[in-house]
Amino acid sequence: MPRLEDHCWSCSCASSVETKHSSGAHWLASKAEEMMSIITSVLSNAYGSLHDVRTANLIRRGLVLFTVGAFLALVLNLLQIQRNVTLFPEEVMTTLFSSAWWIPPCCGTGAAVVGLLYPCLDKHLGEPHKFKREWASVMRCIAVFVGINHASVKLDFDNNVQLSLTLAALSLGLWWTFDRSRSGFGLGITTAVLATVFTQLLVYNGVYQYTSPDFLYVRSWLPCIFFSGGVTVGNIGRQLAMGGVEKPHMD
Amino acid sequence: MTLRERLREKISAAFYRHGLLCASYPVPIILFTSASILTCCYPLLRLPLPGTGPVEFTTGGRDYSVPSHEPQGDLGERPDWQVLVKAAVSPWDSSLVPVDVFRSPLSRAFSLLEEIRNHVHSDGSGVRSLESLCLQVTDLFPGLRRMQSVLPEHGCLLVSPGNYWQNQQELFDSDPDLLKTIQKHEPKGLSTSATLRDLLFGVPGKYTGVSHYNRKRVVTYTITIVLSTYDASLRSRLKQLHPSANCSLRDDHMVHVHFKEEIGIAELIPLVTTYIILFAYIYFSTRKIDMVKSKWGLALAAVVTVLSSLLMSVGLCTLFGLTPTLNGGEIFPYLVVVIGLENVLVLTKSVVSTPVDLEVKLRIAQGLSNESWSIMKNMATELCIILIGYFTLVPAIQEFCLFAVVGLVSDFFLQMFFFTTVLSIDIRRMELADLNRRLPAEAGLPPPKPGPLRPREAPPPPRPSPHTITLQTPAFRNLRLPKRLRVVYFLARTRLAQRIIMVGTVIWIGILVYTDPAGIRTYLAAQVSEQSPLGDPGGGALPPHLGGAPVFRGVDPTSTLSIHPAPDPTPLPDNHSQGHHDGAGRAGPLPQPPPPAVPQITWGPEDQEGWRRLSFRHWPSLFSYYNITLAKRYISILPVIPVTVSADLQTDLTLYKVAALGLAAGVLLVLLLFCLYRVLCPRNYGQNGVSHGRRRRGELPCDDYGYSPPVSEISPLLLRGHSMDIECLASDGMLLASCCLAGQIRVWDAQTGDCLTVIPRQGDGLSEEDGFPLRRRSAPSRPTLFTDQPDLTPLIDTNFASQPPSHLCTPPPSHLCTPPRDGFDFGGLRRPSGGDASASLTPERGSAAGTQATADWESSVWALELRGNLIAAGRSSGKLELWDAVEGSLRCVNEDGGSGITALAFLNNRIVAARLNGSLDFFTVEINKPLGLLQYRGAPGRGTMPPSPCYSSEDVISCQLTRSVQCAHQKPITVLRAAAGRVVTGSQDHTVRIYRLEDSVVHPKKTMVLASGGQDGAICLWDVLTGSRVSHVYGHRGDVTSLVCTTSCVISSGLDDLICIWDRSTGIKLYSIQQEAGCGASLGVISESLLVTGGQGCVSFWDLNFGDLLQTVYLGQSSDGQGVRQLLVLDNAAIICDFGSELSLVYVPSVLEKLD
Repeated sequence: MPRLEDHCWSCSCASSVETKHSSGAHWLASKAEEMMSIITSVLSNAYGSLHDVRTANLIRRGLVLFTVGAFLALVLNLLQIQRNVTLFPEEVMTTLFSSAWWIPPCCGTGAAVVGLLYPCLDKHLGEPHKFKREWASVMRCIAVFVGINHASVKLDFDNNVQLSLTLAALSLGLWWTFDRSRSGFGLGITTAVLATVFTQLLVYNGVYQYTSPDFLYVRSWLPCIFFSGGVTVGNIGRQLAMGGVEKPHMD
Repeated sequence: MTLRERLREKISAAFYRHGLLCASYPVPIILFTSASILTCCYPLLRLPLPGTGPVEFTTGGRDYSVPSHEPQGDLGERPDWQVLVKAAVSPWDSSLVPVDVFRSPLSRAFSLLEEIRNHVHSDGSGVRSLESLCLQVTDLFPGLRRMQSVLPEHGCLLVSPGNYWQNQQELFDSDPDLLKTIQKHEPKGLSTSATLRDLLFGVPGKYTGVSHYNRKRVVTYTITIVLSTYDASLRSRLKQLHPSANCSLRDDHMVHVHFKEEIGIAELIPLVTTYIILFAYIYFSTRKIDMVKSKWGLALAAVVTVLSSLLMSVGLCTLFGLTPTLNGGEIFPYLVVVIGLENVLVLTKSVVSTPVDLEVKLRIAQGLSNESWSIMKNMATELCIILIGYFTLVPAIQEFCLFAVVGLVSDFFLQMFFFTTVLSIDIRRMELADLNRRLPAEAGLPPPKPGPLRPREAPPPPRPSPHTITLQTPAFRNLRLPKRLRVVYFLARTRLAQRIIMVGTVIWIGILVYTDPAGIRTYLAAQVSEQSPLGDPGGGALPPHLGGAPVFRGVDPTSTLSIHPAPDPTPLPDNHSQGHHDGAGRAGPLPQPPPPAVPQITWGPEDQEGWRRLSFRHWPSLFSYYNITLAKRYISILPVIPVTVSADLQTDLTLYKVAALGLAAGVLLVLLLFCLYRVLCPRNYGQNGVSHGRRRRGELPCDDYGYSPPVSEISPLLLRGHSMDIECLASDGMLLASCCLAGQIRVWDAQTGDCLTVIPRQGDGLSEEDGFPLRRRSAPSRPTLFTDQPDLTPLIDTNFASQPPSHLCTPPPSHLCTPPRDGFDFGGLRRPSGGDASASLTPERGSAAGTQATADWESSVWALELRGNLIAAGRSSGKLELWDAVEGSLRCVNEDGGSGITALAFLNNRIVAARLNGSLDFFTVEINKPLGLLQYRGAPGRGTMPPSPCYSSEDVISCQLTRSVQCAHQKPITVLRAAAGRVVTGSQDHTVRIYRLEDSVVHPKKTMVLASGGQDGAICLWDVLTGSRVSHVYGHRGDVTSLVCTTSCVISSGLDDLICIWDRSTGIKLYSIQQEAGCGASLGVISESLLVTGGQGCVSFWDLNFGDLLQTVYLGQSSDGQGVRQLLVLDNAAIICDFGSELSLVYVPSVLEKLD
């Protein structure tokens, strides 16, 4: 029982936010992404006439990533509040569809930014990512990511430290299994830090709350979720970027 | 490091052997695997479905109260059911008429029912009948009319065995056979969940004791009443009425079972998403499976592998007492992801990338061993990670890890056994038929030894000879067999009779066990349930009373039950379990040693928890009959009120007698069937001896089913007569001429195999020769070093004349007409030495020949050609002789050339002779006869060639050298073919030359395609008209030794014992057949789809469309050493092959029909 309450958000609004821990991360990322999108739009305008194909490709990838991010946000949101469904079905549904409407778009945007950043970074670093570049692996990665979220919600831990440590290990395992690139690790860490800070700000400003914050204003496992989310989205983004390159070849 | 290497080697070797094993015995292994899967999954039957498992709460029994930590709201709205359980146990003694045993205990049910019905509840507010307390039910659910007579309607839900008899004692008393009545309502077939019998008796069927074979001598049943309000008075009254002795029941607590609600949509969304991701993962994974016969089949196998390993893991964990507390549906996708499909894919890829030419077994084994190290490494890593996870000490994670570990191990097991075997089956299916898709890539392989181009020709054309044959029919595809034979073979191959009998026996034994004559099943079940912690939560307290007479221990008389303060005003679910004991205290003394063991009935915890043994769907299904759902509701199960009934009993031993008799009868029947089977099917189906014999005789590799069908009646006709090995063969369809090393030419009738002429006649060779008009030859004679290679000509002709894209199969330039076959075959390898040998021989013989008048016989025949009734023989001395085939007389001799004739070809009235020195001579045969006498016989080469003239014996035939091309080739000419007015020569100087003999009209749009094969293993297709090379492919690792063309493909065989079939128009390899080593190089095409190859003492027939071996015909008993070197296909679909000093004439009857 106590754990149950532990997991409940203090307010309905918070529940929606909590549901998307990663969504929060993406949220933050999304803000950054907005800027990024402005920059990219400027850049793309600049290069647009020269690189029509590339721009179209970029937009396409961005759209796909946005969709994926938004969808994952929605689903994981549900996953996070699932426990409360039995207790407050009405409330959950209303919060899900009214107050939390901004979560999926934010997460989607964040996902798009991170997903586009990964291949871009790869290119600039000159280390094309070759490890397990196939859709099956990407799917596996997503499944593991969802699993981590699932675990963060459903597992019964004695204390928060243990939970956070477990999740951290899982996230690192995810990175090691599917990524193994320094750039991926760095970007994932950056994403996690930025997103966590952003979430802290949000909570501090009272946008939503965590029921039992143990890391300043948020849960201590939030960075892990953000990190694994970043790695996952980056994985998708890289695959998309590669698919874009490969397709012409195939044709 | 060394340790690692050694480990690696060992692992790889183990995998290799395992691959061989799997590919060798696919069916038994798959059966074994399926059996293991089913066994491991069996415990799953007892598990609740994920998400719907009821939750139990236990509260103190004094008061009815609702478990506090559940949402109160539910309860308030929905008063729940009370269930009153009564158990009646009646032990009886050893002797009883089985059926009547049940009568007295069961009859007690009616009196109990009466008591319950008449119970009047009185409390402060007045007197209420039972009707007001119990749950009122209305109609049965529509569709359950069958149960209408049994289950109560419109009244209290009161369920007891009495329902079978409509709760009327009269019906019960008048029922002659109680068991039959009970059985009547049993559903047919297997049922896993609650049956009607379980519902009415309230205990699982095997615990009731109501059956023919009851060893515990206890009958148990319950009377269940469903109350809507808790009422203590009924309970206390029943307790009073039936004070229980020997009762250790604890009746102070009741169990509340909460049934979860149905899953809502919101809850389902994440679940569905994970499943979608899972399917995407599976899709993307299986999409990578490639280059196999059936992608879908393998993908399915992969998924089955993963899923069943999961089921196995859950089943195993359940078996060992780990109940899954996690929501199975939720963790399932993650388990799949953890286990993964990677290994399966890696295996497939590895196996597929092994050389296609290898045997299936070897491919599997090699593929496995290639990946063994990485598989083991990954597995070890995963296990480590999971083990680490196990030490997080978080219960949920530990459980997950446990499942994952067991899942990983079982997945590994399944991969190794199930998937590998499926893969081997798949690869085997693909092996022959589907290779064509992937072969183009292979066609470009560089030849292992870039030698000179050297074409060989295969003998396709018709020639006659006499002989014998054993037809052996391989099992694969009996296309040419009569239907009835195919049926028989099918039966024999699948061992249908054997298997049916076996299956029948197994089923019969199964039925025996099921009906349980000796009570084994009950015993086992009891044992199992006793030991399994799952089976009865009552725990180890179960006394070891099962084996003998039931002595139940447990002695707490519980009287506390009766004191029940009236419960809360809220309508509360009440569970009364009332146990009813029928203690059959006394056993009638038996005629036998009186068993002093008086069965005593005791009540122990196991009875109290008896309802737990019921299916978890018991209560839901009972209520669902009345269209009442239990979702989100409670059922409270009240303590059992035990009632003991005693009964008088008699024993009967007949039961055991019957059982023993049945067992004996079963054994007898099995023996009888076995004998019958042996008598009817005496044949050993070639499993051991025959198959070995067959293998020894050089069976072809694709026959590894170990089955060899009986030898068919068709036997080859052996043409005997030659004293030495046969060197040359020639045929025109009607006649067959052969020449042996001794220089003897024999002419045979190609139809009957009779020897018509012998040249020279045996014994009088010299005298005969004297009579010959032309005897002097200037050229020296030589030993028969060369055989002619006659075969291709007719075939080529055919193609030219009849088909627009006509084609020449020419043996390209690498050999001379072959000296002894070896020389031919390996000409490329040791060409120089061969040349030297022949050259050195020549002078010697020459000198000898010069002195003798009979030089003819000294020089050997290197080339032989037959057309009409003229035999043209080219001798090593360079002489060209024309013989009359029928009379055996020498008609004409031309000794213009000085170099040995290595090849001959007839072209209308011309003869083309290729000589050892590379020159090409054209002779014209002139007949000094009125034209009228010039007859034409049927064309030899499939009727497409202009008919060759027939010469009568009176004609004077002269043969003149009309033209001689001195330096046609720099080196000896190995091959000569003539067709469509053209002559094609191939020589060791790496060139193919085409000479036009006459101005044949070639339609401009026509193409003439020439195929040549070289020593470098290359096969070239040339356009004869332009001389351009159409395609150039490499197919063989050694020399190309034979080439045959059909209208659609080119068939080549090489020194590597590979037969390749190429598409004629595109030059793409369709597929290849790996023959045994030393199979020889001779090829022949009988029809468009039938290919003949010569082997060691046998010839094999192949279906060209599928690449299947149709038949192998053994040429003789002593066939082991001799290989078939030359093979001619005659018009009448007969095959002539040389076979040592004999010739074999094989008729292919079914092909005959087809040709007609």
